[in-house]
Formats: sequence, structure tokens, C-alpha cells
Amino acid sequence: MTAPLLDISDLTVSLPAPDGSRLFAVRDLNLRIGTGQIAGLAGESGSGKSLTSLALLGLLPAGARTSGRSGFEGRDLLSLSERDRAAVRGRRIAMIFQDPMTALHPMLSIGRQMTEHYRHHFRVPQAKALRRAEEMLDLVRIPDPKAALGRSPHEFSGGMRQRIAIAMALCCEPSLIIADEPTTALDVTVQAGILRLFERLRAELGLSVLLITHDLGVMSAVADEVSVMYAGRLVEAGPRADILTRPRHPYTHGLLGALPGAGGAGGMAPIPGLPPSITTHPSGCAFHPRCSWSQPACRGESPALQPVTPERRLACPVDPLAPKETLS
Amino acid sequence: MSLLELRGVEVSYPGPKGRPVRAVAGVDLDIEAGRVTALVGESGCGKSSLGKAAVGLLAPSGGGIRFDGQPVAALGRGARPPALRALQMVFQDPYSSLNPRRRVGEQVADGVRAGPDAGTDNIDRRVAEVLERVGLPARIAAQYPHEFSGGQRQRIAIARALAARPRCIVADEPISALDASAQASVARLLAELARETGMGMLFISHDLSIVRRIADDIAVMYLGKLVERGAPAALWQAPLHPYTRGLIGAIPEADGAGRLPDDLPGDVANPAEPPPGCRFHPRCPMAQEICTRQDPSFLTEGGRGAACHFADWSGVSLRSVSA
Repeated sequence: MTAPLLDISDLTVSLPAPDGSRLFAVRDLNLRIGTGQIAGLAGESGSGKSLTSLALLGLLPAGARTSGRSGFEGRDLLSLSERDRAAVRGRRIAMIFQDPMTALHPMLSIGRQMTEHYRHHFRVPQAKALRRAEEMLDLVRIPDPKAALGRSPHEFSGGMRQRIAIAMALCCEPSLIIADEPTTALDVTVQAGILRLFERLRAELGLSVLLITHDLGVMSAVADEVSVMYAGRLVEAGPRADILTRPRHPYTHGLLGALPGAGGAGGMAPIPGLPPSITTHPSGCAFHPRCSWSQPACRGESPALQPVTPERRLACPVDPLAPKETLS
Repeated sequence: MSLLELRGVEVSYPGPKGRPVRAVAGVDLDIEAGRVTALVGESGCGKSSLGKAAVGLLAPSGGGIRFDGQPVAALGRGARPPALRALQMVFQDPYSSLNPRRRVGEQVADGVRAGPDAGTDNIDRRVAEVLERVGLPARIAAQYPHEFSGGQRQRIAIARALAARPRCIVADEPISALDASAQASVARLLAELARETGMGMLFISHDLSIVRRIADDIAVMYLGKLVERGAPAALWQAPLHPYTRGLIGAIPEADGAGRLPDDLPGDVANPAEPPPGCRFHPRCPMAQEICTRQDPSFLTEGGRGAACHFADWSGVSLRSVSA
């Protein structure tokens, strides 16, 4: 792979605990995204996937600390000054949230907020900014984009609002979009349209996307690579088809087994136990208390994420597929 | 006679310019004892309004609802009539349906007091029993809701409903706020409870892929009306209505194939101005001229039903026409 667009190495995010110690929300995270690639980051609530994205944008809550590196367009996002970071945010990296109203002001017209955002980064006349906004609304298939500029967010459905939030994110021609559960609040029919939109933007604009979602079906539809996160660490990562059809980490197995699945019976087997909270990360492999493959060694050291094939990484020493694949 | 019977139910809200908006535009539905009936559809289709009307939280503007043969009157200011306490509801958001300042045990005890066990001299034992039944340790009765995950809170809410020994539960999107693993376990729990205790259950959800695993019967709703009914396997394999087909096609499968789900263009229309004829026709890939002017009647046959002029009944021979 040529130099990746985003190259996160050993990202660690810690938050202050009430007793003065540090709580680790993200640990030693390594993730790369190439140009035009959609990289999926999967995990349940509390796994640290949203804090990862906030760390990249410098939007962590006060008191949070980061270490590691996050190379992006020749710079390290984690060591930028606040001023430089503000120049990247919204301009080179844009963010899309689960609820489009996080990004949209309820009282301002679509045109006003889209141009304000654009003109913050590009000093252009209002008329030119409006043309740009109209183009972007057209790109994401908002019907009658010119008229849409004069409307308020509440005049649109949830799916249309998410399209508008995406159009706004695209205004400044970012090279990377971080989308945090962008379709979770939408109906499946509307979700299908948004997923198709991401696929088209990647093909037409060469856009890269970090797609954060707990929905492995969504992952399967658009992600090139899938990384699975549990209790702040990546436990498994690799090409989409590989991970989803031949999972090698028991947690990935569990997530897939909990889904209602394709045809036939079965599926919907819940993972026993509960995901740990940040204050109670178990020792050793954080998944061991819920794991049916667990061995005494799993309680000791936390297993490192290691390459098991040229494309795949895994943090589980038990791995039942290991002998066959390492011999070949 | 079924346990919970909805006939021609309509729910209207005051709309702009004084015109009422019909969120539910005439629905017949039967919930049977010991069976899970799922009601699915997109947001805005009226499924939650129908659920609220079914338990008496909303007054229907038309039609009738009977529970156990008795008419369900909308909840007024007074206490719920004892006969209706056997009809309970579980809500979507277990963060807002539980009181954050009261202990779990006290809230579940409310349920006991609302039901036939109100007179028992050992309410705590009954609380412990229902907590254990939903898979939680009895000792959590002393804790507060914030100490629990979303899935556990939903179990607590279910325990509270169960404590009243209901004969029917209406669950409105009980799993949509939960992670995948918790969704599977809570959905399974509700279905198990219905089958074990002989309760009837109306399970309202937008997620057809999950309900088909736990329901005995699925009803699909679009813009205030039912468009299709049937057993999960038949409905999934050979949907009669193009809307059901669209819903199924839009579900992404986690099979790693990289297949984009099918797009069902357009949004659910505004219920204040429903399209003439078949309400689905503006989004329908097979709409013809007749669909723009004539609302198809709901036909039933062999345990299935659909309202579409062009439904393919070849697998199910057509005999009866229901009003």
C-alpha cells in the first residue's frame, strides 16, 4: 500500500479518575486508512471507538491525555497546536454523527449554515459559497437543492438531514470523513440510501472514510477493512470478507453469533456476561471473563495484536485457525 | 375472540390548519395468548401510536379495542381500572422509563402492587422472583438504575411489567436502544416469557431481521395501515407486498460479501396528506395507474394477508376477501 492517508500508531487515550489515577479508554491502537478506502471500526457501546475519533479531531473532554502518533497528510494530528488543529477540523477531516442535529443548527437555514462553514475555511464571497453548497446538496441527492438552501432542518426527514450533514461535511473537500454510527438512528430503507451514498462518494471523489459502527451488517456492505475493538483495544483486524466469514477472535465470533443472520434458523445467541466499563477492565485479555475459549494464561498478560497472515492481525493466543494458516 | 382485539382502530392528532392528521388509519389486529405478534414499519408509520392506543395510553379517534372482551378505555386522570392492569407496556428507552432516583426493588414492587399479588405479605420475595426470571440477581433490588447497562435496565423494566402478572404485554421498540448482543438476549427473553406464561405479546419494532426470529406472526405497517401479515418464514421468503420486499432488501447482511443493500427511494409520506389510492404507490417500483386512484383492500388467505393490487398470490390460492 502506498503511504496511508491516516496512520494511527499506538494511540492511547486516558481520562482522569475521581481518585486521581488514570482510566485507559483506548490502548495501543494501530489503524491505517488508505486514500479512497472505507475502514470500519466495530465495537459495542463503551468500547472506546467514539473516543478514538474525538482524539483524532482534538475534541476530547478536558483532562483527557493522549499518546502515540496519528499521521495525516504529513503531520501528526496528536501534536498539532490548537490553531493548526482547528484548520484541519472540518477542512481536511470532517465528522458525521449519529444524530444529524448534532451538526445542524435547528434555527438557521441550510444555506446559512453551510456557507458559514465553508467561508470559515475559504474566504470567498457569499454568492460563491451558496453555489458550492447547492452543488454539494445536489451531490448527495437532495431534491431541488436551490430551494433546500432556504429551508430549516426541521422541514426535512431524518434521512434527508443526514444527507444534508454529509453535504455540509463535503463542502470544504475533506480527504477524510469520520462517520460515527451515521445510520444507526435511521430506518433500514434510509440507511441503504446513505450506505450507497458513501460508496458513490468514495468512487467519485476518492474520499476516505473511518466508519464507526456496532452494526456488522453495515460494515459488511461498505467497509474494505474491519477492525474490532473491545474494552479500548483492537482485538482483530483485517479485510472485510476475511473477518466476517472467518472470525478468529472469540469476541468477533460472539458479535456475529448475536445477529439474526441470513436464511435458516439459528443466530441471535447473546454473548454471555456484559462488556466491562472503563473502571473495571479485567486483567489480562479483557474479554476472558466472557470467553468460552478462555485458558488460565488469558488472565495474565493482555495479548498483543499480532499479524497472523500478511493482511490480518489478531490478539488471541487461542486462535483455532492458527495451525492451518501459519503452515501454508 | 382473541386476547387483545383491535378493530378499525384510528388515531388522529390535531394537525396544521385545524385538520386532523390520521397517524393510524384503520387497523385490525389480534394478539393471541402465548403468541408474539410483531408490528414492523418505518418511523412515522404509526406503529407506536397504535401500540399506545392498544394499552389505553391514547384515545383512538375511531374503531374499538377490547382486552379479554372488555373495552379498553383511554387512561384518564384516575387509576387504571384493575381489569386493565393485566395489560402492561414496555417502552423503548430504559434510561427514561425507569426513575433514576428510586431503587430497582421499589420500582419492581410498584408492579407487584398493581397486580393480583398486591395483597401478598412478602412483596420482596415476589420482586426477587421476577428479577431472577428476567435473568438478574435478586440482590440488585437495592441498587439504582444508573448502575446498569442498557440491556440490564431493559430487563428491569420488563421485570416491573411482569410483576403485575400481565396477561398481555405491548413492547414498543424494546430493543432498538441496545447493542447487538443485548438485543438478541432481550428479544429472546420476551418471546420466552410469552410462550412460558401464556401471555400475549405485541412486539413493535422497525427491525424485521430480528422480529422474524422471535415472532409467531408479523404485521407490516405503512403510513397508518397494515399492508401485509403472515408467519415469519413465509413472509420473509415470499413477501406479498412490494413494501415488505423493500424492507427485506434493505437489510444489510454481515456476510462479508460487500453487497450494498437495496435502496427503497423516497421517504414515508406525510400522514397529513396521504397519497391518493394506495399509500405506498409513490415509492413503489411496480405501481400502475390503478394504484394512484384505488386503495387496495386487505385480502387474506391461508394465514396470510396483503393489501396490494399486484400481490403475487401464486403460492397462496385466493379464496376469501375480508372487509
